[in-house]
Amino acid sequence: MSWVTKTLSSTLGRKLIMALTGLFLILFLTGHVSGNLLLFKGDGGEAFNIYAKFMTTNPAVKLLSYVTYISVIGHVIYSIILTQVNKSSRPVGYAKSNASKSSSTASRNMGILGTIILIFLVIHMQSFWYQMHWGEVPFVTYDGEQYKDLFSIVTFAFQNELMVAGYVVAMAFLSFHLSHGFASAFQTLGLNHKKYTPAIEVLGRIYSILVPILFASMPIYIYFTSQS
Amino acid sequence: MKLTLKIWRQKNASDKGGFATYPVDGISTDMSFLEMLDVLNEGLTEKGEDPVHFDHDCREGICGMCSLYINGNPHGPLQTTTCQLHMRSFSDGETITIEPWRAKAFPVVKDLVVNRSAFDRIIQAGGYVSVNTGGVPDANEIPIPKTIADEAFDAATCIGCGACVAACKNASAMLFTSAKISQLAMLPQGKVERKTRAEKMIAQMDAEGFGACTNTGACAAECPKGISLTNIARMNREYFSAVVSSDNM
Repeated sequence: MSWVTKTLSSTLGRKLIMALTGLFLILFLTGHVSGNLLLFKGDGGEAFNIYAKFMTTNPAVKLLSYVTYISVIGHVIYSIILTQVNKSSRPVGYAKSNASKSSSTASRNMGILGTIILIFLVIHMQSFWYQMHWGEVPFVTYDGEQYKDLFSIVTFAFQNELMVAGYVVAMAFLSFHLSHGFASAFQTLGLNHKKYTPAIEVLGRIYSILVPILFASMPIYIYFTSQS
Repeated sequence: MKLTLKIWRQKNASDKGGFATYPVDGISTDMSFLEMLDVLNEGLTEKGEDPVHFDHDCREGICGMCSLYINGNPHGPLQTTTCQLHMRSFSDGETITIEPWRAKAFPVVKDLVVNRSAFDRIIQAGGYVSVNTGGVPDANEIPIPKTIADEAFDAATCIGCGACVAACKNASAMLFTSAKISQLAMLPQGKVERKTRAEKMIAQMDAEGFGACTNTGACAAECPKGISLTNIARMNREYFSAVVSSDNM
């Protein structure tokens, strides 16, 4: 196995892990945002609660969720390792630097953006994921079957202006992170081709705007609809 | 032109170093940046002071010897080598900050001179063809499509100046290494050793202490030879396919 460990501890091997976990997390976000669109259904949360039960009990989804946890942890750990290597590569910095001339702000600050997203993720998982699995969630009955009423937890959480504002701001950071990360992951995998790279870049830009906006619109929608 | 130069002075590799400020006068807008430094050094020499040491050789933009991080960018405000940068790119009365390349793998030798032999060691690790390619062959004896020949040539125009390392926030040498891997990997003579080459050159690049790539694109944007990021993607393909299929354990 020595060639495997040697590869995974090279700069390119570590970047490969960043790219693969990052791309999987993009897939996860796509699924997450699609499913959560059920919050907009206006049926008192029935569809959302049925969906939430499916997502926490279906064995295939469970397996995918473990891959997601591993991806998050791997992405974080390898970003810390790479950041340390990168920082140590320039022990003495420049007195005057004009980096904005040749690269985007997001691309130079992926670590900071990622850290903010990680803090958000911890709060987010504590608020909903932990509650759904181990918290005290009231039950509702649809067609004689019992469901955890996660919808009520979500609507209650987003009565709070601070919570809504925090979510919207966090999504802005996610947007910046994705604006660089999406296309960057393909480049790291070596998938650079004049036929496809322009399309990947456009897709990345659309994705990095659309998905965070959809996510951010959920707390805003709930805040305004459940107030009235 | 009258200028104020803020220049990094450092006696030797172990000296801590610091900035010194020098006024210069009578600079023509047609002078190259290096000629402007020559004027400064003549003045310093006349006064009996130690002239500012900086790397230079051909002064034609083809050798890759000149460096300098000028006002926050490698080779200054234009995408060219410092020797091909002229004083018309600056304005009268301007203060110009001049620093050496900053990277762990490029230690400062003296003042603005850095040791770039880390690049030589990356080349020594595999940036060559060890099969006998014979004398100059007749044209088209070995069929190589023009697009491939052009791409390989574009990669080969890398002069190894190190601006990519200087520009990168991670002091990464991936643009340089990828150009050197690409120029050989695309051609029939270079394909023979492509797997071992990719593995060895990347191992050497890591061993030298260069950082990883964040795909910011600063290297390509600052490269005086316009080496493109497609080379880095190609290097990644070369490396990943090499490690899973080569005979090296």
